Amino acid sequence: MVRISFTPNLLRHVQTPADAVEGDSIGAALEAYFQLNPTARSYVLDDQGKVRKHIAIFLNRDMIPASQALATAVRAQDELYVAQALSGG
Amino acid sequence: MTRFLVGTRKGLFRVEKQSHGQWAIVESWFLGEPVPMVLAQKQGEDILACLDLGHFGNKMRRTRDGGATWKEETVPSYPEQPEGQKEIDPVRGLEVPWSVKLLWSLAASPDGTLWCGTIPGGLFRSEDDGATWSLVESLWHDERRKKWSGGGYDFAGIHSILIHPENPQQITVGVSVGGVWQSQDGGASWEVIGEGLRAEYMPPEMAHDLEAQDPHVIVSCAAAPEQLWMQHHNGIFRSHDWGRTWTEFHDVKPAVFGFAVAVHPKDPDTAWFVPAVKDEQRIPAEARPVVTRTQDGGKSFSILSQGLPEPPAYDLVFRHALDINGDGSILAFGSTTGSLWISEDQGESWQVVSEHLPPIYCVRADQ
Repeated sequence: MVRISFTPNLLRHVQTPADAVEGDSIGAALEAYFQLNPTARSYVLDDQGKVRKHIAIFLNRDMIPASQALATAVRAQDELYVAQALSGG
Repeated sequence: MTRFLVGTRKGLFRVEKQSHGQWAIVESWFLGEPVPMVLAQKQGEDILACLDLGHFGNKMRRTRDGGATWKEETVPSYPEQPEGQKEIDPVRGLEVPWSVKLLWSLAASPDGTLWCGTIPGGLFRSEDDGATWSLVESLWHDERRKKWSGGGYDFAGIHSILIHPENPQQITVGVSVGGVWQSQDGGASWEVIGEGLRAEYMPPEMAHDLEAQDPHVIVSCAAAPEQLWMQHHNGIFRSHDWGRTWTEFHDVKPAVFGFAVAVHPKDPDTAWFVPAVKDEQRIPAEARPVVTRTQDGGKSFSILSQGLPEPPAYDLVFRHALDINGDGSILAFGSTTGSLWISEDQGESWQVVSEHLPPIYCVRADQ
């Protein structure tokens, strides 16, 4: 199981409790999470299913570039953290 | 009782008249979040609010109890982009995303259909009161749409949606540097219209190209809906025939440039504008915010400033930030510097509601 947790900044908008899901890639793990919590999907992914421009995904404390994140392989016990990238003013 | 909703860069506010005659902010929602557009129905009990959450995308929230409770609604979403179908913006050379960048306009048909215009220029429709949305594919896939280039934003967008009140099959949309588009068959097919519009920013021989026109906003008179007014990028225009042909008004002081227009719901000859100097200088002329008004169909325009600030004041008014209530008795407008004014005498005088709101994106009277 891969453990997924989210920035607490999301809690103002949508409940995103941490969870453990199956999946062999970040994309598959997120998809498993969104099956359980469909409302959270559009906060992380855009219309085309890509990681939103201002979302950062960390795999075991390494930030994975958004363009590569979904295809990046994960293993059991890995930890994903979905963060709000610093931007704007 | 008329109330106004004010969507700003940092939240949504409701404004009401108090017993002593002063208008005031009485409620606020979504503080800290940009609210580019709202649609208020059922005397403001039913509000659909668009939020631009930045990091987390565009969202919709709905209340049916006047704002006591809000529920997340489904957001218009583009279909999956076919492999290899890449579209490049004609001006900036950027790839046009099949993804909502901004929920920019909302409208309700008399038959209950909801419409939403977005940046990039997708038009969405909901037949189930917002539970689901579908892209109007006939317009999105129209080859002529690829000429849309957009203005202040990176991509073209649909900012005005006008539905024929007796024939919901007729839909007219205004596009930021994309012109005026009309469907007579409920959105199955589209015609680009706008004879008489003029684009000063184009090479002279292309000034009348229909797809090159930049309506900033288009409004329709409720009592005579075929009568339209447009604040265009380089002028003020009027149509008597649902946008097929337009007349330009050149001699309008202090300027013909601006973003917003409101038309009286009972009198198509009366309309209000909030001018700025010009395209390259988007501030009020002589740093004095004023409203211009015609009451004779554009033959003459008055400059109205009673109650508006003395110079120097640099308030600019965005395209959706001026509105008039349903019986035509109350006007309201708000500025990029967070000032909000209301007039109960056809614009002759203005009462300031606040000068300290966040930048104002939209002002909408309860409907």
